[in-house]
Amino acid sequence: MTKMSHAEALVTAIIDSMAQDERVYLFGRPLGLGPQRALMSRLTDRFDERVFDPPTCEAGNAAVGVGAAMAGLRPFVDLSTGSFSFLAFSQIINEAAVSNYMSAGKLPAPVTFHCLEGARGGGAPQHSQNIHGFIWNTAGLEILAPSNPGDMYGLVRAALASNNPTFIMNHAKLMALEGDVADDRKPIPIGKADIKRRGKDVTIVAISLMVHDAMAAAETLAREGVDVEVLDPRTLAPLDEDSILASVARTGRLVVVDETNMQGSVASGIAGMVAERGFQSLKAPVQRVARPDTPVPFSAPMEAFLLPTAAKIADAVRRTLPKA
Amino acid sequence: MTTALPEDRLWHLFEMMLLMRRFEESVVKMNVENHFTGHYHLYIGQEATGAAAIAQLEARDTITATHRNHGHVIARGAEPGPALAEIMGRAGGLSLGRGGTIHLSDPALGFLSTSGVVGGSISLGAGGAFARKMKKDGSVHMACFGDSALEEGVAYEALNISSLWKLPIVLLCENNSADAWDKSRGGYTSLVHAANDLRSIPGAMGIPSIRIDGTEVDEVHAAVAEAIAHCRSGKGPMFIEAMTRRWAGSAPLWPELSTGVTDLKMATGEAPMSGEHKAWYEENDPVLKLARRLLKTSPQAKDRMWELDRKAIARMQAAEKFAIDSPMPAPQTALEHVFA
Repeated sequence: MTKMSHAEALVTAIIDSMAQDERVYLFGRPLGLGPQRALMSRLTDRFDERVFDPPTCEAGNAAVGVGAAMAGLRPFVDLSTGSFSFLAFSQIINEAAVSNYMSAGKLPAPVTFHCLEGARGGGAPQHSQNIHGFIWNTAGLEILAPSNPGDMYGLVRAALASNNPTFIMNHAKLMALEGDVADDRKPIPIGKADIKRRGKDVTIVAISLMVHDAMAAAETLAREGVDVEVLDPRTLAPLDEDSILASVARTGRLVVVDETNMQGSVASGIAGMVAERGFQSLKAPVQRVARPDTPVPFSAPMEAFLLPTAAKIADAVRRTLPKA
Repeated sequence: MTTALPEDRLWHLFEMMLLMRRFEESVVKMNVENHFTGHYHLYIGQEATGAAAIAQLEARDTITATHRNHGHVIARGAEPGPALAEIMGRAGGLSLGRGGTIHLSDPALGFLSTSGVVGGSISLGAGGAFARKMKKDGSVHMACFGDSALEEGVAYEALNISSLWKLPIVLLCENNSADAWDKSRGGYTSLVHAANDLRSIPGAMGIPSIRIDGTEVDEVHAAVAEAIAHCRSGKGPMFIEAMTRRWAGSAPLWPELSTGVTDLKMATGEAPMSGEHKAWYEENDPVLKLARRLLKTSPQAKDRMWELDRKAIARMQAAEKFAIDSPMPAPQTALEHVFA
């Protein structure tokens, strides 16, 4: 195991993929504006001729990546702040996601998109959007949401090796997080959930940054004698429905956590899936924890009021338990 | 003054333009006979541009087209049968009926995905050109698009990137706004752009930009040859505005061939040119224009012309049979190919 930050795992995975596959190119600077941005030099020092700085143009940047992927390359396209990727949606949804389908498999578009999404703290409405719910409604994309450096490394490697268009939903608040990356440096199979904490009483399915709040809630609940299982889907599409259903079959109780606002959220989608396929397992109604259907305001107390927290998740878990 | 192309080259282009024309006449016929429903956009009137431009690409070069793509796909050498079958939504279509007319594409011939979103040919084309540049083998990308593509924001972004990174992209703008039926006649608005001269848009980004008569094969050939050489030598993109006169031909706005099935007797003088489209037959139809020119080359030219037309018609009859005989796709195949 090697300790590294989420940002370092991302950079290391891109470097390893570039070293292994000369078709991999990087458009943009995926490390954001925080102190992790200094890690960019590791990439440019080694692969300067394959790192391109596009103008400020999300649609054009995405389009060049998609077109280059159709023409045989493996571009990694950074769309910077998730909120800005709306400008590139036609390229992602109308071009990349449908190319393999409408060519009957003759023209896959193996481009990888990346953005720093979510409420980053003081982002105000136009720099705080979660976009994974929107993108999740697209058929033909593999959507990855690594919650820790180990998953980040393995999923980025998998994305750049995939023959499909992929989208790495990275949460802005995760970049400084430290964690272990396995020394075998292997890709993580796309479509495989990971159980971050074993438990027998209640299943929490949490996405991306929310995994950490779910883990904190589980600690609190453990002190109350409630044994919580935390399941991280890791990839939103394809979704590992079987692992979620198996966990719910063991615990009989489900809480789904997603930072996105409730309407059209992944929390809602997973709750619906379990209601349909796992209803017999459920001993209590499924609880969803997500942001209210409200834009994210600038001022800190208002922002905090809207976002899911460990305390809100713990409350949701308690609502699934029999009355004492 | 553009140098005239050698005669054998003209015949070759004429043969291709005839096939492109007869192909689209078959498209309309199949639609009128209810072999398929849905809309389509015809390329009729632009054949000189597509044929003379695409003939100069090499096998290693790539290409993007638009919703008005039939001419490009045929000019690049796609088989008319599977192309027509795709337009008709058949299992024997180029993409097994999943793309239809709007997304007609043949990746085996270097086509990237044919985007039906206006501007897509330029933007995906910049990506195609990026891949060509990284190959470092002098290969190029040709983006074929209409005048309205320059009204889209992504075109501006892609032009900027193409110029900044000196991408080898031939930007072939087929300006077909002239004479297209406008709103007053139940059609769409044509070009809506504040720029008086479309060349000024790529021009502002330092991209060499020229305008030509897109109904004259020599002009198209010369301009595209220059643009390809420019791109192959690493100088970056070049923009060509080919002025064409597309006649009405988009279902459901114009569900039939308003100028009729092309009659080469209008070139030989054996059939009258009259009515509302008289000027188009006389001055703008690139197939008739080239036919008239070839007829002057020798006494045998007329026989050769008719022979080529019989060949094109026979090929399209076979293509129609292939497409009609091709079954509809099994409904459940709709679930296939979502992922590679």
